[in-house]
Amino acid sequence: MEEKKSYERYHRQMILKGFGEAGQQKLAGAKVLVIGAGGLGCPALLYLAAAGVGVLGVMDDDVVALHNLHRQPVYQMEDIGKPKAQRVTVFLQQLNPDILVIPYTERLTSAIALEIINGFDIIIDGTDNFSSRYLINDACVLLNKPLVSGAVSQYEGQLSIFNAPRKGEEAVNYRDLFPEPPAAGEVLSCAEAGVLGVLPGIIGTMQAAETIKLIAGIGQPLVNRLYIFNALNNQGYEMIIQKRKGSGSLIPSSAETFRQTDYEWLCDHGANPFDISVERFDECLKSGKARVIDVREYGEEPAAPEFDHEHIPLSQLRTNFKMNGADMVLFFCQSGIRSTQAARWMTDTYGNGKMVYSLQGGILNYKKQHE
Amino acid sequence: MNVKIILFGQLSDIAGGDSLVLEAVTDTNELQQRLLQQYPALAASKYIIAVDKQLVQENTRLHENNSIALLPPFSGG
Repeated sequence: MEEKKSYERYHRQMILKGFGEAGQQKLAGAKVLVIGAGGLGCPALLYLAAAGVGVLGVMDDDVVALHNLHRQPVYQMEDIGKPKAQRVTVFLQQLNPDILVIPYTERLTSAIALEIINGFDIIIDGTDNFSSRYLINDACVLLNKPLVSGAVSQYEGQLSIFNAPRKGEEAVNYRDLFPEPPAAGEVLSCAEAGVLGVLPGIIGTMQAAETIKLIAGIGQPLVNRLYIFNALNNQGYEMIIQKRKGSGSLIPSSAETFRQTDYEWLCDHGANPFDISVERFDECLKSGKARVIDVREYGEEPAAPEFDHEHIPLSQLRTNFKMNGADMVLFFCQSGIRSTQAARWMTDTYGNGKMVYSLQGGILNYKKQHE
Repeated sequence: MNVKIILFGQLSDIAGGDSLVLEAVTDTNELQQRLLQQYPALAASKYIIAVDKQLVQENTRLHENNSIALLPPFSGG
């Protein structure tokens, strides 16, 4: 009887050439974690639940707000103020009682991410901020989990699959595309820039489609590709992502280091204790007492002929950095994020005996100020 | 040589359109400098460059009719 009912429920996709009963069984055996039950997560969850994905995890620590409803129509007026993960779980279990939906209402942090993500086969990123995006990416790299990533802004959406096998290519991740989080103010969020309500509906539904393709082994999923959709002119743009030199060094080297990484801090370095302004940086140079180190990878542009410095890429700092008599160490990189990591590493390793600084905004900011 | 540039996200707001053509540009470094002169607000924007739908990581020589795309990261969900 149960089998007959499930045959009826999934009949229209089971008769598909290339999908069939085998595809349905693969979905039933799959475990998918959707992080963020908002504009992207809700449509992804709806279609994955409807399609019969056996176990769905939903992670979101937010509650439903009125300004969510224009793009998250799975929620009702009466849900306002209630936890999203719980409300969407109720909805999905009513839609399909044959699957298991697990809500996680806690905030995603590096302390708990690995444990939760490890229980699933495929991860869907539907979050709305960079700290979560880098955290999820790094966790998926460490655990070798395929990541179906979607993001929206205004009238455009981006879609990619990271950490998944593709014949003849090395798997890439978010850091191969965008190695470091943007500095505060470099990229506007939807709260600042706005978003057309139906757009995350389209991109989130495409994330569900890509996930189903990965699980069932059909079609050409967007592995190592970035697809961009513009809702205003219906133009799509697809590009190939290759492994970026040195990108691996940006990811914590072990589960232990990952757990200790504060992603919110990394992505919002407004109160960075190591930061010094370009002006102060110049004063330190003039004093003649500073040791200056470029921690970018070899070959990165632009070069910095303006002042004498050593070059030790962040990836080699642990092995190649030798302490000397200098009282002051100035790190710099492209935009100030890796140099902050270097400064923090040095303080953690050698204590607070020296003055350790990171050039705020990196060499790009330096050149801009000296134009 | 002339290259066509497609702009995504807020980069198209800065440039006032979603595509533009640059004349006599030899490589991606020069392309960035020229765009920065034309649109100084680009200095405060993060983006990556694709040439003929391939992500480029270092200065890349350009050829006639190359299609360039400038893509910012999106965080919204």
